[in-house]
Amino acid sequence: MSLSPIKKVAGRAVPVEGDDIDTDRIIPARYMRCVTFDGLGEFLFRDIRQTPEGKSTNHPIDQAQFKGSTILVSGMNFGCGSSREHAPQAIVRAGFKAVISGNFAEIFFGNSTTLGLPCVTAKKEDLKALTQLIKKDPTTEVQIDLEKLKVTAGSLSFSVTMKASAQQGLLSGRYDAIADLLANLPKVKVLAARLP
Amino acid sequence: MGKTLFHKVWDRHAVAKLPDGSTQLFIGTHLIHEVTSPQAFGMLRDLGLKVAFPKRTFATVDHIVPTDQRVEPFKDTLADAMIKELRKNCSDFGVTFFDIPSGKQGIVHIVGPEQGITQPGTTIACGDSHTSTHGAFGAVAFGIGTSQVRDVLATQTMALSPLKVRKIEVRGKLGPGVYAKDIILHIIRTLGVNGGTGYAYEYAGPTIEGLSIEERMTICNMSIEGGARVGYVNPDEKTFEYLKGRPYCPKGKDWDTAVVEWKKMASDSDAVYDDVKVFEASEIRPTVTWGINPGQGIFIDEAIPSPEQLPEADRSSAKEALEFMKFKAGQKLAGQKIQVAFFGSCTNARVSDFVEASKFLKGRKVAKGIRAIAVPGSQGVSKICAEMGIDKIFREAGFDWREAGCSMCLGMNPDQLVGDEICASSSNRNFKGRQGSPTGRTLLMSPVMVAAAAVTGEVSDARKVFAQN
Repeated sequence: MSLSPIKKVAGRAVPVEGDDIDTDRIIPARYMRCVTFDGLGEFLFRDIRQTPEGKSTNHPIDQAQFKGSTILVSGMNFGCGSSREHAPQAIVRAGFKAVISGNFAEIFFGNSTTLGLPCVTAKKEDLKALTQLIKKDPTTEVQIDLEKLKVTAGSLSFSVTMKASAQQGLLSGRYDAIADLLANLPKVKVLAARLP
Repeated sequence: MGKTLFHKVWDRHAVAKLPDGSTQLFIGTHLIHEVTSPQAFGMLRDLGLKVAFPKRTFATVDHIVPTDQRVEPFKDTLADAMIKELRKNCSDFGVTFFDIPSGKQGIVHIVGPEQGITQPGTTIACGDSHTSTHGAFGAVAFGIGTSQVRDVLATQTMALSPLKVRKIEVRGKLGPGVYAKDIILHIIRTLGVNGGTGYAYEYAGPTIEGLSIEERMTICNMSIEGGARVGYVNPDEKTFEYLKGRPYCPKGKDWDTAVVEWKKMASDSDAVYDDVKVFEASEIRPTVTWGINPGQGIFIDEAIPSPEQLPEADRSSAKEALEFMKFKAGQKLAGQKIQVAFFGSCTNARVSDFVEASKFLKGRKVAKGIRAIAVPGSQGVSKICAEMGIDKIFREAGFDWREAGCSMCLGMNPDQLVGDEICASSSNRNFKGRQGSPTGRTLLMSPVMVAAAAVTGEVSDARKVFAQN
């Protein structure tokens, strides 16, 4: 599969504050009764964006000043819990192109990378400053440079981290491994014959 | 220098180094279910690919199945479409499906071991984060996303970077009424919900060796709740004894050869670990969660901590938890009224869980007004419980005894909390909304503690409630 390299993401950002935002919160299980990923964007963060009665809670994602944001900014341990790819699928399908957080749960990070959704890890104080900045001025353009692993926004500029293989994959357009895996199928068959 | 089981299994299954620096890893056994596989089969069709090794993939249906009645079509048309889609995919691609009429259906992490598909020294993958359960047999088992399900279907491999290995040694004797569930809840509470990120957890030491295989499954199951994608226990005689004679295990001479190979896969005594943590079993007491992540737990005789008492990193989550749970810092959970008791899930719905709790439930009744449901992890578990009369004990106590499935562990089927009900649950996650109601409140605990809560109608110390047994 030939994919375009992803070197930069730029856009406005929305704060989804809090630590340990799990994949059940990103997409509650009851909205996963489906056989395709179509339409999942609509249910992103459903239970924190709406009351059980279906009223809007005026979550930042739904606030006019953050409409059209393409970068999610959250806290520590983002994406913990279930391995459901429905979570990053919902984020992508809601129009997001990158996530910046304090750190990511491992399976979520891998799933996101495969979809071409870069997840970069920022230091706590940088994350705090960025969150304050976008809350104060939601029109701020946030730029993520994946080559230099740097985030700039207004007067802010800080380094972020990302697992080397994921960075390499995104920069080279090989973040979805299927083509590379298929290319080695002859080797796989040899190994399979040896293993129980 | 010795090697860990993780590294031995990794080296044995490595196919190639990929251009991004990751490893192409062969997956010995692939397990699938109805929620995370349909899109993967869709991608295969889009790409014009086949399943490369259909005999290495096994399917069952668990998340969406109703547990009260099994008549098809299911009332929930979405759920009905999902089981039909899985049937079609398995038939189109030649995959074995433990469907409802087979008598072998159940929660994927209970069915694999029960059928002897789960074996030591191999790699296992499944589109479900609790795949770590299979590590109890000395397998390296990964929870994966749907794109990786596609990768494994198409190539029997996936791209991965090696993990570090942390040895978690548990020493000493567990007190009466303290179970495997308490050990793992205590480990997660101590090391944190993201303490295991980047690690495989090797559970070791005399206490772990002393546990049954099913207890080891409970511990490995919740590795992901501590952030570790993989958790395992080195295979030993108990492992082989548990597996011997199971349908998919080698037979006769092949069995003997397999056991010799499996023994070699255990971590060497001089293996080098990236980290070691030691726990004393005697310090662990029955544990109950009070918050919205599995690390927010306390011993039954402790009070809920105030956020200020906790390390800075845990404070904001603790505040959020207290608000959501409507609990107060300083409050004890013992005596907290419950509305629902859920006995089930891939963490605790095996035969030994039901047998242990039945000893205490015999002759007792579920408290008035409590909705108590018991959901065997598989049709196999259900059958054995029926043969032993365990189902009868649960029914007579006032539990609703159901058909096998994930049930109320997650809100994907009709078994759900209503409003802000409080549920004493033997499951693995207490996330906001996890049990189907956005405001529902989950208290994680051992199955025997669930039984104690069911009969008293409130969170109780099972050691006191069942003292006369």
